[in-house]
Amino acid sequence: MPQFHLSVNGSELEVTAAGDTPLLYVLRNDLGLKAAHFGCGTGQCGACRVLLDGQAVASCDTPLWAAAGKKITTVEGLGDVAHPHPLQSALIAEQAGQCGYCLPGILISAAALLERNPKPSESEVRAALDQNLCRCGSHNRIVRAVLRAAGEGAP
Amino acid sequence: MSPSFNSMPGPSDKLPQLPGSLHVNRRLAQWLRFLPDGTIEVRSGKVEIGQGITTALAQIAAEELDVGVARIRMVSASTASSPNEAVTSSSLSIQNSGSALRYACAEARAIYLEAAAVRLGVAATSLSVADGEIICAGGARTSYAELADDALLEREATASAPPKDASEHRIVGTPFARLDLPPKIYGQPRYTHDLDLPGMLHARVLRPPSPAATLVSLDDARARALPGVVAVVRDGSFVGVLAEREEQALKALDTLRQGAAWREAETLPDADALGEWLKAQPVETQVVAQRGANAAAGAARTRRARYTRPYLAHASIAPSCAVAQWDAGRLRVWTHSQGIFNLRTDLALALALPPESILVEHVEGAGCYGHNGADDVAFDAALLARSAAGRPVRLQWTREDELCWAPFGPAMTVEIEADLDAAGAILAWRHEIWSNGHVNRPGRAKLPALLAAAHLEQAFERPIASNPPAAAGGGADRNAVPGYDLPAWRIVSHRLLAMPIRTSALRSLGGFANVFAIESFLDELAAERGEDPLAHRLRLLSEPRARAVLEAAARRANWAGWTKREGRGHGIGLARYKGSAAWCAVIAEIEAGREIRVERLVIAVDAGLAINPDGVVNQIEGGAIQATSWTLKEQVRFDRTRITSGSWGDYPILRFSEVPAVEVELIQRPQEPSLGAGEAAQGPTAAAIANAVYDALGVRVRDLPITPERIVAAAD
Repeated sequence: MPQFHLSVNGSELEVTAAGDTPLLYVLRNDLGLKAAHFGCGTGQCGACRVLLDGQAVASCDTPLWAAAGKKITTVEGLGDVAHPHPLQSALIAEQAGQCGYCLPGILISAAALLERNPKPSESEVRAALDQNLCRCGSHNRIVRAVLRAAGEGAP
Repeated sequence: MSPSFNSMPGPSDKLPQLPGSLHVNRRLAQWLRFLPDGTIEVRSGKVEIGQGITTALAQIAAEELDVGVARIRMVSASTASSPNEAVTSSSLSIQNSGSALRYACAEARAIYLEAAAVRLGVAATSLSVADGEIICAGGARTSYAELADDALLEREATASAPPKDASEHRIVGTPFARLDLPPKIYGQPRYTHDLDLPGMLHARVLRPPSPAATLVSLDDARARALPGVVAVVRDGSFVGVLAEREEQALKALDTLRQGAAWREAETLPDADALGEWLKAQPVETQVVAQRGANAAAGAARTRRARYTRPYLAHASIAPSCAVAQWDAGRLRVWTHSQGIFNLRTDLALALALPPESILVEHVEGAGCYGHNGADDVAFDAALLARSAAGRPVRLQWTREDELCWAPFGPAMTVEIEADLDAAGAILAWRHEIWSNGHVNRPGRAKLPALLAAAHLEQAFERPIASNPPAAAGGGADRNAVPGYDLPAWRIVSHRLLAMPIRTSALRSLGGFANVFAIESFLDELAAERGEDPLAHRLRLLSEPRARAVLEAAARRANWAGWTKREGRGHGIGLARYKGSAAWCAVIAEIEAGREIRVERLVIAVDAGLAINPDGVVNQIEGGAIQATSWTLKEQVRFDRTRITSGSWGDYPILRFSEVPAVEVELIQRPQEPSLGAGEAAQGPTAAAIANAVYDALGVRVRDLPITPERIVAAAD
């Protein structure tokens, strides 16, 4: 199997896998980064989103070869307990989640939004999250959290 | 509260009655354990399914033990060590597990105070507890940590130590941040899906193309030759593949699909005439409730209407997943099932194993709204893991597996008739239901309810879904008995004896369609009388807590101050979930353009003592948004052979830009028992939206979902 060079959350890594392997499985199974979640495998639900050179993309239908050489950021790279990303702090402050399975993908979409539009309106937040599905009905809390993070100057 | 159908093996024993699940799990050590490091392990048989139960139970334990919640370690449920609390369902966890923990923790505290009294040589009555420190009025002190001794709780509970009165609560009844949210938000491994065991293989199942399909032949040579493929398993019409890597399993699945020949049959109903089809099936008929005479003498006329709902999918964001491992004839399963003991029972049946040979451990999954694919995928994984030579096998269902093969919430037809006097007052009310059963869970019958059991070479007959008894809230008939002061009623439920589309429990069971029907019909009668829908309901409602939620919602939404504008409408829905759980009133405000847009839902809820008020509000918000999605968008699609809604494109759900504003007013009643709230918003939300659509357009849509096509059809 071929070897690919990846840049993930600031680390430079070599991965050995078929080039058409979905990036999601490389992140989860080879690199142990479990934040990106499998939801549909066809880029329709947003649960597997990661940042690829700052763009939110579905890692389930991004082949490994297309991610090689690009800067990949997963939720693990956004922040952690010691150094939370403002979006993570805001989600906790708003208690924005129930099962939480959709949240990593939503964090990625929201981080990409705030990067290009640091002070979005509520409708801009909703539009930016429209490709992320949530089934528990946490939408409004999540929107409030994104607005809160923006208000606090994220990122 | 009557003993729950859902909660446990029937307490028909002669043992002294103990509260909640404590009755059938009587040893205190089953519930909690004090550790020398100052933490306290708390075990519940109820599981986290995204509803926040773990946090609420930790609050209850901390409250009774007088420790901070940070000292509580909630232990994941396991058949090896947890109390058997059957299934986490029916919004009963606070009632069953919460009351058991309240009493168990109060008693454990008393036992530790006795031990402290002996050690300190003082009277137990002179002791108090502050965050686990046991302090004597005279200054001497010890702690739970110092006294930690498992032997102290190796005894049967007596429920003799009274739990705190609500007036003493400091933690219970206070909004509390969910314990499970931070790790989820930091993306830490948390879910069954994230398990990564040494030597683990990845699996996929090749599901048949349609519910009645059988496998005629399978050419698996090409799949077996693919890189990383460890085994292809075939047992009758059950086919699966094991591979070293996940993407290799997926490729092999595609290849297997090309090599499979199936025999299919047209066994599914006509999707365009579901309401009629339901009424034409063989049924078992039950009179659910009867008050007064069947039909009113002196009725001036009879009004009738028919309401329907389609099959609905759980549509969780995560397709189901499980890990299974065999070791010398013993099976270990990691699962996000709602009922680990029930799953074990069915695994034992289907695999012809003694239950003691099976260990089932709960690991969280994504949001669970009823009997989804969790149990099925666990059995699939167990079947495939037999070919893994002792290695653990992780089976991830595909999106299509989940949307086509997890049990569906049943389609329903509900007909209501009312005999009216000359002034339009209701003299008699008749409510008739046609539906498949709403429960087909594992662990309750002689046959396993697991999906693949019917696909094996030695196939088990597929059990037909049934309904819980009325005492447990009923199934298809859930919430069919009106909560209004009507002089006479007759409620009849027809359970289908044919089940071409597999059905089981989905959040609120029949309550969704019954409340939608009752509350729509009440509005129709109010409109006929020219009466305001709120006034109409209040006139028929003497129950004070029902009136209170209705009035609170109306006040908050400023019902009386509504200004009518073209294309906008508002509507009401009200119910007490199951007739025994939380009261919930919903007012919907909608705008009818090209599609129906729900702008705002104003909700009032009374769940008695809400342990975690923000948790209840979160559940109500979520339930209302999910119910909005069901009401406006959702239906399982199928032709006469196949389920065709296997992707998000074919089964759309509400998106961020479509979600209404939701305002929830919680009526906290500290002195009243806690009532399940997680399903209370479903039916009232649907009814409120349908009534608002009528208010906006003058069109009564009686068939869900309320799509533009349905509105056009109803207007004709």
